[in-house]
Amino acid sequence: MTRFAMVIDTRTCIGCGDCVVACKTENKVPAGLNRDWIVEATSGTYPNLKTEFRSERCNHCSNPTCVTLCPTGASHLWQDSNIVLVDADKCTGCKACIAACPYDARLVMHPDGYVDKCTFCHHRVEKGLDPACVSSCPTRCMHFGDLDDPGSEVSRLLATRSWKVLSPETGNEPNVYYLT
Amino acid sequence: MKRREFIRVSSLLGAGAAVAPSFMLSGCAAKPLPGSGAVTSTPTVCDMCFWKCAGHVYRENGEIWKITGNPDDLHSGGRLCTRGTGGPGAYLDPDRLKQPLMRVTDADGRQRFQEVTWDVALDFIADKMRGIAETVGPERMLMLHHGSGSRHFVHLLRAYGSNSRAEPAFAQCRGPRDVGFRLTVGESVSSPERTDMANARCIVFLGCHIGENLHNAQVQTMAEAINRNATLITVDPRFSVPAGKSQYWLPIKPGTDMALLLSWMNVLIDEGLCDQDYIERYTVGFEQLAAHVRPYTPEWVYLETGIKPDVIRETAREMAKAAPATVVHPGRHATWYGDDTQRSRAVAILNALLGSWNRKGGFYIPESVDLPEYPLPDYPTPKAQTADAYPGKWPFASQGVTNGAIEASIGEDAFFKGWLVYGTNLPQSVPNVEEKLKAAANTLDLLVVVETMPSEMTGYADVILPECTYLERYDDLRNSGEREPSLALRMPAFEPRYDSKPGWWIAKQLGSRLGLDEYFPWQDYSEKLDWQLKQVGSSLEEMQRIGVKNFPRQSPLYFRPGERVQFRTPSRKIELYSKQLADQGFDPMPVYTPPDPVPNGYYRLNYGRMPAHTFGKTTNNPLLFELTPENQLWVNPLVASQWSLSSGDYVRLASPAGAISNPVRVRVTERIGPDSVFMAHGFGHKSKRLRLTAGVGADDAGLMSNIKIDPLMGGTGMRANFVTFVQQRAKSS
Ligand code: SF4
Ligand code: SF4
Ligand code: SF4
Repeated sequence: MTRFAMVIDTRTCIGCGDCVVACKTENKVPAGLNRDWIVEATSGTYPNLKTEFRSERCNHCSNPTCVTLCPTGASHLWQDSNIVLVDADKCTGCKACIAACPYDARLVMHPDGYVDKCTFCHHRVEKGLDPACVSSCPTRCMHFGDLDDPGSEVSRLLATRSWKVLSPETGNEPNVYYLT
Repeated sequence: MKRREFIRVSSLLGAGAAVAPSFMLSGCAAKPLPGSGAVTSTPTVCDMCFWKCAGHVYRENGEIWKITGNPDDLHSGGRLCTRGTGGPGAYLDPDRLKQPLMRVTDADGRQRFQEVTWDVALDFIADKMRGIAETVGPERMLMLHHGSGSRHFVHLLRAYGSNSRAEPAFAQCRGPRDVGFRLTVGESVSSPERTDMANARCIVFLGCHIGENLHNAQVQTMAEAINRNATLITVDPRFSVPAGKSQYWLPIKPGTDMALLLSWMNVLIDEGLCDQDYIERYTVGFEQLAAHVRPYTPEWVYLETGIKPDVIRETAREMAKAAPATVVHPGRHATWYGDDTQRSRAVAILNALLGSWNRKGGFYIPESVDLPEYPLPDYPTPKAQTADAYPGKWPFASQGVTNGAIEASIGEDAFFKGWLVYGTNLPQSVPNVEEKLKAAANTLDLLVVVETMPSEMTGYADVILPECTYLERYDDLRNSGEREPSLALRMPAFEPRYDSKPGWWIAKQLGSRLGLDEYFPWQDYSEKLDWQLKQVGSSLEEMQRIGVKNFPRQSPLYFRPGERVQFRTPSRKIELYSKQLADQGFDPMPVYTPPDPVPNGYYRLNYGRMPAHTFGKTTNNPLLFELTPENQLWVNPLVASQWSLSSGDYVRLASPAGAISNPVRVRVTERIGPDSVFMAHGFGHKSKRLRLTAGVGADDAGLMSNIKIDPLMGGTGMRANFVTFVQQRAKSS
């Protein structure tokens, strides 16, 4: 089993959205839809403030409720990994996975009638490349790799820096990490 | 109280639901994976902004797929920014100019644009240009321009006999910075900026919001500095992106930066923290400067800036501790309050006191490739220069002054008789200019606009020439002064769409009609590039393969220890005290002037950039429009409650002169203080032919009635403007 993870450094992320546009062009995502997005969270009152930018997407959870609850088997894991894909041939558009995802990470509907989502660019990962968003980011704040390999960059970053995941209480064990 | 503001940018996940056909209940065949078809790639140099990053344009099965950075390109770190990645939208935009258009007057007296052939358009322009040359002289033909493609038309006009030109990039943007540095250290900060942030241990930003502007290598080297735990100090009344990354955020009272700069000098000198060896070796006027800044104590400056004396001292010590690896960043857009050249001088002086100019971690010495020019006949010598149009004004302007040149184009006896406008949308780039443009358009003999998009400026033209996008043409080789010299090739990835043409072709066609064939000996521009490349051991064929070629440096990147240096100033030294300014009756050292107070019921109009867009140039790009369709008006919660405004409301703004903006979406945020509002520049387009962006968001430039002209170089200071909300929303109190 390979546990692919994305580790994103909020210290350097500027919320520029290059990752969003790079995903759209790479994956030919239809107009009006996005597989990833930016959240800006500001706390405090002027002038004691903190702003965090986060590039968000499917977490390719280790416990993917979307896969468990998919009635047709369209939502599945790619090869021997945690990458969650949707098989458009099998997807009936019933939207059970949308309800099952606590991260609101699934595109409601591709115009061709199936539920679309982030694939961690498995077509690039297969060739040894980083996902399109990771390799576009001008601040190089995004990192991608295998968490089951203790020597990987993502493993090292999580071992040496403080980090968080989104809504850990879901129990889904998300694999997108944010360095703080 | 802890408030939390979440904004989901580009959150259009659900929007597709409406378009999904509901009858589709069985599965449908998956699309093939991206890149599994026939893929080809072509090198390019991005033209989504002026930074000129090298990349590759990919096509799959003949269709445009994506544009990504060229990993060999040190100029861009091998990565494109958001706008560069959105480049396919420029090519695909259905609103592009498609065919030459000429203004015609119908029998009922109404004017409209009519589609014409290139021959008709070019013959008309050449006739008018010949007429101008014969009656008043070719130098009365003015070029107003922006961007890398303008070189073809500069060449055309120089061959024709005119050296008259101006670009908003000077008098509406970085002119004061470049003049201020030239007056002080004898050189400009140039573009790309020669800041050595990659090696800096302390960086000071003054109203400079890298990360909101995406000047690519600037963003990347700032991120590197953060990763190396450099000390960031950001001075900005707004909690900007770099402010949020900084150890020190100094929320200064708007317009008081000069006082802070002088106070930092005061502390450095008072506490003996200056680089004395550098000062003695390289500067003149230290004694005068020391006496000059003595009154600007942190205690006094606190009253002006709102920055506490201990913070002023502590930040000055941080700068000194890291020096010379300290960058007091010169910024880029510098036309703020009309004393901008002097403020930029203060920045240059502060860097000199820290010994950071041309030292590692401060600034580096840029170098470009020694690329021979294609052999062509000499240009004729013009009888007049741009500055002759506004005699006696702005003695230190090193380039044409847009606002001066526009004013010199109005009326029957105006200096300029014809305009060639290339790639600049003057109604949005020059503040409060629409009436002047209308007046000029009424009396000019010729007004040509070369553009890819139907910008507002095209509405003033006699003739509109549709240029193809950067993805469909050759331009000159990129050869910028930088850390590592390099050349990069822009070449066509596609045939021009519609009836658009490359700039080089348009210039050559006009040249030919004006009898200037000898200046355009190439059939295709690639011949000229190939000749140049062969002079430096490369070729067009090689560059078509690799896109970018790096060359070894010939000169050192920094001053060597103790090196003797001749600065390009009258004294051959860094001029802390400027005799040439004193001789012309200007302050020889920068002086602080308090900003105009905010009129009752008004707010300062703060404006800036957003990462998805290059001003108004990209707002109609479908990919970037989708990411960021409109600008938002930042309003402090206290102000919002006073005016009963909530996030998401639309409100109009009014200037004291009575200008009213388009409705703009309110964003209530703590990131701005209660004395100002903020919006990104480049929205509120009026041209209906920009179908996505027309009427969306508000235009800051149209609200500016209080322009502070820099007496040294003619820059239009734009930060001294005030706005209020249009009444209907005001609570009765
Ligand atoms: S491209 Fe990088 S810096 Fe920009 S928003 Fe995405 S993760 Fe952040
Ligand atoms: S984030 Fe949602 S869609 Fe992605 S794997 Fe987890 S549950 Fe499934
Ligand atoms: S900074 Fe961005 S828009 Fe400008 S040239 Fe580079 S990639 Fe293009």
